[in-house]
Amino acid sequence: MSAVTMTTTTAFPNTAAEWQLPSRGKVAMAGLIIAESAIFTIFVVAYLFYLGKSISGPTPREVLETPIFYTICLMSSSLTIHLAAKCLARGIGFAFLGFWLLTIALGGLFLYGTAEEWHRLIYEHGLTISTNLFGTTYYSLVGLHAFHVTAGLIMLVTVAVFGLSGRVGEKHSSRIDVLSMYWHFVDAVWVVVFTVVYVLGR
Amino acid sequence: MSSNAITIPGAQIEARPWVDELHQWLTTVDHKRLGILYVLSALLFLAIGGVEALIIRIQLMRPHNDFVSPEVFNRMFTMHGTTMIFFVAMPVLFGFANYLVPLMIGARDMAFPRLNAFSFWLSFLGALLLYFSFLGGSGLYGAGSAPDVGWWSYAPLSARAFSPGHSSDYWTLALLVSGFGSIGTAINIIATILCLRCPGMKLNRMPLLVWMNLVMAGMVLLAITPLSAAQIMLLIDRYLGGHFFDTQAGGSAVLWMHFFWIFGHPEVYVLIIPCFAFMSEIIPVFSRKPIFGYPVMVAATVCIAFVSMSVWAHHMFTIGMNSYANSFFTLTTMAVGVPTGIKIFNWIGTMWGGTIQFKTPMLFSIAFLFQFLIAGLTGIMMAASPFDWQLSLSYFVVAHFHYVIVGGILFALFAAFYYWYPKMTGRMLSERLGKWHFWLFLIGFHLTFDVMHIPGMLGMPRRIYTYEPGRGWDTLNFIITVGAFIQALAILVFLANLVMSYFKGARAGNDPWDAWTLEWSISSPPPAYNFATVPTVGSRRPLWDLKHPEDPDSRYE
Repeated sequence: MSAVTMTTTTAFPNTAAEWQLPSRGKVAMAGLIIAESAIFTIFVVAYLFYLGKSISGPTPREVLETPIFYTICLMSSSLTIHLAAKCLARGIGFAFLGFWLLTIALGGLFLYGTAEEWHRLIYEHGLTISTNLFGTTYYSLVGLHAFHVTAGLIMLVTVAVFGLSGRVGEKHSSRIDVLSMYWHFVDAVWVVVFTVVYVLGR
Repeated sequence: MSSNAITIPGAQIEARPWVDELHQWLTTVDHKRLGILYVLSALLFLAIGGVEALIIRIQLMRPHNDFVSPEVFNRMFTMHGTTMIFFVAMPVLFGFANYLVPLMIGARDMAFPRLNAFSFWLSFLGALLLYFSFLGGSGLYGAGSAPDVGWWSYAPLSARAFSPGHSSDYWTLALLVSGFGSIGTAINIIATILCLRCPGMKLNRMPLLVWMNLVMAGMVLLAITPLSAAQIMLLIDRYLGGHFFDTQAGGSAVLWMHFFWIFGHPEVYVLIIPCFAFMSEIIPVFSRKPIFGYPVMVAATVCIAFVSMSVWAHHMFTIGMNSYANSFFTLTTMAVGVPTGIKIFNWIGTMWGGTIQFKTPMLFSIAFLFQFLIAGLTGIMMAASPFDWQLSLSYFVVAHFHYVIVGGILFALFAAFYYWYPKMTGRMLSERLGKWHFWLFLIGFHLTFDVMHIPGMLGMPRRIYTYEPGRGWDTLNFIITVGAFIQALAILVFLANLVMSYFKGARAGNDPWDAWTLEWSISSPPPAYNFATVPTVGSRRPLWDLKHPEDPDSRYE
C-alpha cells in the first residue's frame, strides 16, 4: 500500500496535468498583510478612541501640518514599484533598476518627511510620546507605519544591491511581485493613517 | 539493477553520538520533528502548569490555609493561566498541525520549513522568558518574582506604579515573542494548505482536520495580532511613559480589556477548532463510517470563526456597558451555539448506526462530546448578561472555562495522542494504561470541575487567597482538591504510557486503525521526505479507495 500504487489507482488520471496551485510567496504575504492589518487596526482604534481626550496640550489642531508633498511621494512610489515589477517581468532590466531606485528614493523622501515632522514636533512644540494622550497615540501609530516603511526600504535596498550587481533577472519576477505586495500594503496603510491623523483627527 | 546490489541505506551507518543526534534535533527544519518538538515542549509546560494548579488547590483545600503566601498564590494563578494557554495549548495544537497537515495533504514538508523552525524557537523562547521571571523578575537582586497580575493583566494593575520591577515585562515580552511565533506558524499553515496539496486534493476533498486547521490559522492572524498590538502599547506605557492605559492622563483601563478580549475570546476558538478537527478524524474511524455532513462541518467551522470575532465583550458585562452593547454581545454569544450544536449533531450522526470500537481514542472522544456540550450550555448561561452580572468573577466562571479547556480541549488532545502516537513513533500506546488514564482522568475531572460550579453559585470569588469557614464552601473545596490530585495521577499514568510504549509498545505498522487519510499510507514513523512518490487522490478518503478498488468513494463524487 505505497504511494506508488496509489498514483496508478486514482480515478482521475487527468488531474495531475491540470493541477495548479497558488504561489506560496503570495499567499504567505497575503497572510502577513492580514495580520499586520489587524495590528494597525488596533492602533487606529486607539487613536480614534483617544481623540480629544488629552488632559493637557498640545492638540493635533495646534501642531499638525498636513504632509501633502511627502504623501504624494509615498503614493507615487507604489506606481514606480509596480512599473519596476512590470519591466522585470518583460525582461527590461535597465528600466527595472531605474524604477526600483526611484521607488527607494521616494520611500526615503517620505521617511525624511516623517523625521522632519517629528523633529519639529519635539523641538518646537515639546510634544513627545509621554506628553499627553495625543503624543502617545500619534507617535505610536505614525511610528508603527514608519517602522514598516523602514523595513520595506531595507528589503528594497537589498534587492537594489543585487540588481546593481546584475543578479536580478526575469526569473526573480515572482519574488519581486511578493515584495511589491508588501510595499503596496505599506502605502495603503498610509492612506488610512493619513485620513485618521491629518483629516479626521483635526 | 537488482535490489541486493544496492547498499541498504542505514545498514552501515554507525549509531551517531548523542551530541550529533541532539544537534540534528535542534537545527531541524523537518515539519515532523518540529511537530514533535512543539508537543514535547508543551508536555514539559503541562507538567509545570499542572504543579502550579496543584499548589493553588492545596492552598484552597481548607479555610484559612497558609500553604503558600498570598504573593506566591497570585503568581501561581497568573503563571498557571498564562502557561496553560500560551505554552501548552497553543504549542501542542501547532505541533499536531505541523505534523499532520503536510502528511494529510500529500506534501513533503510545510511551505516554509525555516520559518517553521523559527516560529517554534520563538514560541519556546517566549516560554523561557516567562519562566526566567522567577529569577529576573525583580531585576536579579536575588529575590526574583514571577508575574502576579492575573493572566489578563488588567490595567492599571499592570502599570509601572502598581507592578514595579520586571515581572510584568517578562509576561509582556513572553507573549509578544511567542505571538510572533504563532503568526509565523499560522501563515505557514495557510500557505502549506493552499499551495502544497497533492494532485487531486481539491479544497472539498481535504480531510476535515486540514480544513479546520486552515480556519484556525486564519483566526490566529486576526486574534493574536490585537494582543501583540496591546502588548506593544503596554510596553510603550511602561518604558516610554506613554498613557494608553494610564487613567490619570485620560487613558482608559477599559480599552485594555477590549483589546485583550478581542484576542481572548477568538483564542478559545483557536484552541477548540483544532480539537474539533481531531474529533472529525477520530470519530469516523472508530465508528467505521465516513463523517456525516462534511460540507456542513466546514461551513459551521467558518461560521464559528466569523461569529467568534464579535463576541469578545461578553467577558466584560460587569464593567457597565450600555444596554445595546450588552444585548449585542449576548445575542452574538448565543449565536455561536448554533454552528457548534450543528457540529455536535454531525459527530453523533457519524456514530449513529456505526460499528463503534471503544478504543482509548474513542473513549476520550465520547467524553469530549458530553463534556463539551455541558461546557457549551454553561457558556450559554453566562452569555445572558443579567446571569453574568450575578456570577461573573466567581468560581462558576472558573468551572465553566475549565470545562471547555480540560473537558473539551484536553480530552480531545488525549484522543489525538492515542490516535497519532503510533504514526509518530511506530509504537502503539498501551491500551491497558490508556484505560487507566481515561477513567482516572474522567473521575478526577468530574470531581473537580462539576463540583466547582457550586461554590461559584454560593458566591466564592475567583482568585481569592483563602476564605472563612462556615460558608458552605469547605467540603466542596476539599472535594475539588481531591479531584485535582486524581487528575494529576492520571497525567502521570499518561506520561508513563508515553515513555514505556516508546520502548516496549507493540509495533504499529503503517495503518493500525484501518483509517482513510493519507498519513496512514506511509510507514510509521514516516521517512523524512514523507512520500516517495507524491500521491494523487480522487476522493475524501484516498485510503478507502485504495483498499476497496471495487467500491471507491471517488465513484460517488
